[in-house]
Amino acid sequence: MVTVKIKNDALIVSISGDLDLVIAREFRDTVDKVLKDKPIKNLILDLSEVNFIDSSGLGAILGRYKLLQQRGGRMSIWGAKPSVFRILDLSGIMKIIPVLKTTEDILRNQKEAK
Amino acid sequence: MTAKNLENYIRLEFSSLPENVALARVLIASLVAQLDTTLNDLEEIKVAVSEAVSNAIIHGYQNKPDGIVGVEAKIKDGLLEITVNDWGVGIEDIEQAMAPTFSTDPDRMGLGFVFMKSFMDSVHVESEVGKGTKVILQKKISENGSCAQIAN
Repeated sequence: MVTVKIKNDALIVSISGDLDLVIAREFRDTVDKVLKDKPIKNLILDLSEVNFIDSSGLGAILGRYKLLQQRGGRMSIWGAKPSVFRILDLSGIMKIIPVLKTTEDILRNQKEAK
Repeated sequence: MTAKNLENYIRLEFSSLPENVALARVLIASLVAQLDTTLNDLEEIKVAVSEAVSNAIIHGYQNKPDGIVGVEAKIKDGLLEITVNDWGVGIEDIEQAMAPTFSTDPDRMGLGFVFMKSFMDSVHVESEVGKGTKVILQKKISENGSCAQIAN
């Protein structure tokens, strides 16, 4: 399941379940619709309720990152469980998208953005 | 402690629907969980199965839902062998398809085969254009059916 809310000009996307082909498409369609309608530049992806991720999920994340990048925006990932974190790490996606583990990470990330 | 099934076999065929990727993944995970594999091993096998079945649906059948995907798994002589079959379009250049970051879709990372190769001991692909593709994934299971217990 994919839920979105907008807070302080940022789009917060929370995903729950397995981020595979099915949820990846839902995530893509949901986010793309919001981005089409609103000039949002900051996306925070909450993966704390995600138990599984594969390359379909990673591809959808990367695709949204590219969209945000095109409009001068940014994206960060928050709350990944160890098994999900490991896949994010192996994929190399963490080299381009910050994956935040603690509130300190979030504060540092916000500071760097300014 | 209950006896572990060191020999086992399952076969499943299903429609090429995205929802069935999870079905295949959970089925194989349930089979492997009968062994004392580590959580890491189990997670890795789930990712590999997910990639192979997703490939069959996305590429083999080009997202058409009326294809049939076949998944077979056997555990024998300390080896887990998973075969994922489709009877779709086939792969013209297997070497290119297996190369890291090769993808025919801009929204994909081309990591499917990379994950399969990283997480399994061997990945073998047979394909014929217009006939379909068979992916054989193998992973060694230690002799007594158990791997080291995971610390966390």
